Amino acid sequence: MSTPRIATLADRTLDFVMRLVEAPINGFEWLFGRKRMPYLFLAPNLVLFGIFTFLPIAIAVGYAFTGGTELFVADRPFVGFDNFRQLLACEDYSSPGSCRESLFWTAIWNTLWFVGFNVAATLLVALVTALILNRAIAACGFFRAVFFYPVLLSPVVIGLIWKWFLDRNGLLNAFLQMLGVPPEIFLLDVGWSRFFVVVVSVWFHMGFYTLILLAGLQAIPKDLYEAAAIDAASPRRTLLRITLPLLGPNLLVVLILLMIRSVQIFDEAWVLTNGGGPGTANSFIVQYIYQMAFGSDLRLFGLASAASVLMGVVLLILTLIQLRLGRRMES
Amino acid sequence: MSTSLDPVAFLTRTRRPGRVGVTDILSWLWLIGGTLAVLIPVAWAGLSSLKPEAEITRFPPTLLPRAAVQKTVTGFENPLSLWKVTVDGETREMAMVRRIGLKAQMVDPNEPGKPVSIDVKDISPVQQLTAATENYTDPLTKFDFLTFLKNSVFVTFVATILTLIVNALAAFALSKYRFRGDKAIFVLIISTLMIPLTVVMVPAYLVVVGVGLVDNLWGIIIPTIASPTGVFLLRQYMLTIPDELIEAARVDAASEFRIFWRIILPLTAPALAVLAIFSILWRWNDFLWPLIVLSSRENFTLQVGLNAFQGEFSVQWHYILAMTFLSLLPVTIVFFFLQKYITTGIAGTGMK
Amino acid sequence: MGELKLTGVNKAFGALTVLHDINLTIEDGKFVVFVGPSGCGKSTLLRIIAGLEDISAGGIEIGGRDVGRFSPAERRIAMVFQSYALYPHMSVRKNLAFGLENLKFKRSEIEARIQEAARMLAIEPYLDRKPRQLSGGQRQRVAIGRAIVRNPDIFLFDEPLSNLDAALRVQTRAEITRLHRELKTTMIYVTHDQVEAMTMADQIVVLNSGRIEQVGTPLELFDNPRNLFVAGFLGSPRMNMLKGTVTAIEDGSVAIDVGYRIALPAKLDPAGARIGQPVLAGIRPAHFTLSQEEGLPFIVQYHESLGTETYVYGTLDGQSEQIIIHQAGHFAPKAGGRLFLMPMPERLHVFDPDTGLALPRAVEEPRRVHEHA
Ligand SMILES: Nc1ncnc2c1ncn2[C@@H]1O[C@H](COP(=O)(O)OP(=O)(O)OP(=O)(O)O)[C@@H](O)[C@H]1O
Ligand SMILES: [Mg+2]
Repeated sequence: MSTPRIATLADRTLDFVMRLVEAPINGFEWLFGRKRMPYLFLAPNLVLFGIFTFLPIAIAVGYAFTGGTELFVADRPFVGFDNFRQLLACEDYSSPGSCRESLFWTAIWNTLWFVGFNVAATLLVALVTALILNRAIAACGFFRAVFFYPVLLSPVVIGLIWKWFLDRNGLLNAFLQMLGVPPEIFLLDVGWSRFFVVVVSVWFHMGFYTLILLAGLQAIPKDLYEAAAIDAASPRRTLLRITLPLLGPNLLVVLILLMIRSVQIFDEAWVLTNGGGPGTANSFIVQYIYQMAFGSDLRLFGLASAASVLMGVVLLILTLIQLRLGRRMES
Repeated sequence: MSTSLDPVAFLTRTRRPGRVGVTDILSWLWLIGGTLAVLIPVAWAGLSSLKPEAEITRFPPTLLPRAAVQKTVTGFENPLSLWKVTVDGETREMAMVRRIGLKAQMVDPNEPGKPVSIDVKDISPVQQLTAATENYTDPLTKFDFLTFLKNSVFVTFVATILTLIVNALAAFALSKYRFRGDKAIFVLIISTLMIPLTVVMVPAYLVVVGVGLVDNLWGIIIPTIASPTGVFLLRQYMLTIPDELIEAARVDAASEFRIFWRIILPLTAPALAVLAIFSILWRWNDFLWPLIVLSSRENFTLQVGLNAFQGEFSVQWHYILAMTFLSLLPVTIVFFFLQKYITTGIAGTGMK
Repeated sequence: MGELKLTGVNKAFGALTVLHDINLTIEDGKFVVFVGPSGCGKSTLLRIIAGLEDISAGGIEIGGRDVGRFSPAERRIAMVFQSYALYPHMSVRKNLAFGLENLKFKRSEIEARIQEAARMLAIEPYLDRKPRQLSGGQRQRVAIGRAIVRNPDIFLFDEPLSNLDAALRVQTRAEITRLHRELKTTMIYVTHDQVEAMTMADQIVVLNSGRIEQVGTPLELFDNPRNLFVAGFLGSPRMNMLKGTVTAIEDGSVAIDVGYRIALPAKLDPAGARIGQPVLAGIRPAHFTLSQEEGLPFIVQYHESLGTETYVYGTLDGQSEQIIIHQAGHFAPKAGGRLFLMPMPERLHVFDPDTGLALPRAVEEPRRVHEHA
């Protein structure tokens, strides 16, 4: 009977530690009553949210309307809408060079192009993959896992892996040479580098969206397909009339989610393109904010915050649309 | 069964046992192609990370890590590299003494005599599979890689533990109590999902400066602890725990905290596991926030350190790739064993 | 010790009042059953006694202490939940020990109490199993065991048998009754099953829409339901109701005309009735005598034979309301046939259809215990 005794000994030690931890908390309960306990349980969370999420929002707004390079809002001169004016001053919005903050507008246009191509490509690839995986294919779990694997990797790792893959001495060039194509330094070419930023982004994230779309597809009742088959509906009609309409809400949510995430492209592109190169070909909006605030010794927090606020508004609108869709989906 | 090439038919037709149509072939091609697209860059980086420095920039590259075979030849101090030499239609293995322009001085390693001069176009290196383990051991010993690794492990571990406790407490309050303001607080917490870090990073940095945590590992741990995703995930799970259990515990004279600790936490284990996995991945892979907050090298996490490395050693790919692979390893292992939990967890919450 | 006293208890969830002015005293050691239809507030009342729910107004005393502000543990009660609410991640032993550990009992004392309860409930073989490895009946016993080890002043049961199958329910019912005899502790038991109420209770509390309709021993309620609700709720099949009018009042008896030129004599207090008053005459199925030519004309629709007894379903001639009669032994009237029924006068219950209250009876004479349906 030695094992139970050890067990009770361990139990007792644990019990003792527990009592030490819970003593002050139980003291609170004894003082203020059981009804007040949820406030105590919420306190750590709310304090952290308050300090690191809500306070920054307030400060962000304060920063956007002040200038100078001081760190603390109170030390900074109020400049009204100057930061926004500076960001938005432009003769011709389609050519960033004519704008006062040409970098900002370059970043905006780069981001817009990226969002457009990335959303379209990711959605297409994820949808096709989800439809195929939904066809009760053997080893579905294996493929799902493989496609999902990159989602878990760090953006830095992905940036480096692809940088090496696309290197002058990399595998892609080796393959092209086998076909007789001369080697190319892809990441130093404006067109190619932009193309591969989208490729890497699709490669990175498509598994996640595939998973969500697959869950949506599997939630469509099977008997609908059986009914369609009995009605002799063609595959095209089945896709257009049953699958896509029923998947519609999921598709919309995925679309918005993709947009929200694409607008915030930074990490993997930063590593892959050595900070937005060649030149500013892959300089995106988050990178602009980062560089304004932390990239140089200038510390243009005001300008960076104004840009953050503008981006925040866009993201907020997208999120509200998403929430609305989500609610409609539930009902 | 029609075997049309209609792309729509290809996507929607369900498989029937015993028949292999064009649709099936195309599906398999897509899936296998996709699998290769996912695995090849990773595998290529992995194989390359085992190549010795001299080999890694060779073009066209070899697929597998190989190195020239070295041989000690009597009469020569240093080991010489072995080459295949074709002279007069006959192929022999010879060791190269030195190379001058288009001529190479070679000796027969078995009967070393006077070196003979041979055209370089007639020789090709003799190679064997190698694993350049120094790519892995050097960063661990010579560079700060071990420091980065230690920092990353510390941050990931501490942040995950705190994330679990803090968010589980909040989720408990929001799922099992009715109190004034409960709905408002829940909405408030969930609304922070809408505020991505990229939007508040500048002022959040200021706050971290204000509380004196800049360039400090706690500066990247504490701000990330409270997680709306975590609260949401745990709360939804706790809602499924019957209230009667809590009432039974109250009748059993348990304090509220004891109910949390002894009843709720053990029963929330599956959701806690999902959140733990998420948290580990988030913290391990975090880049932008540590990049902003950490400034001195001894505080760098793995991701920031890797990024710094590639700036400094931009040509030393053998080191960069080895370190990349080391940082990818834990995630891969976690994924290999917990793949099912991760995918169902994400499909269930729609978050990552 | 386990005496319970509720005075003027009110309970509201927001704007919805679910308990109205509950006054109730339960003596120490009694087995009291709360019955009533679903949603009438039985569980709420029980949870108020347990301290799991606050009261909106009123007072609550246990053993003479005002426990209104006490936590469940301080009230020294124990509760058995409908779903058992066993902690799924703890072994049976841990389940039983949890409450005692919280109260900082000594290990040896905890172990002794667990052994004692396990012996009493015959759950010793399962002590190291998890709840999910137990059958429904075993879980039920563990739930009861968890209450017993606490040695409470009052046991509270909320529909503890409703998840069990019929055979097990009968067996566990008997076991709980036996436990009550052994422990002699106050037990309050919620059910909506009237058989449980009738067989187990020392005292029944009938609740309806948040009000106490009547309190009494099972037979009191059966024989003298205070109102239409209690009359209809207790007894199975339910009491038959005939519309009638008071036609004559004599000393010690009141004549009630229910049509068919038949005046039923009822033993009512003459002061409580007046001539011409419309009433409802209630007769339980077992309280008819059959005759061939005299009485209420009854058209047989069908009958159910249970071997030892028979229920006959039909209507009174020209009416549509179903009447049920009970006969001992075999009895097989033809469908469509006609019988004549005579209610037993001393078994007649008379109600005022407006207030639903029973008309006061003539001065009680002692009555023998009788069998009932
Ligand atoms: N937490 C609550 N909030 C609002 N209304 C409640 C709450 N709990 C109970 N009620 C309401 O109070 C009334 C009484 O509920 P209670 O659970 O006491 O009924 P019950 O008699 O136990 O019924 P059953 O036999 O179905 O268990 C019901 O109308 C119910 O809807
Ligand atoms: Mg109930």
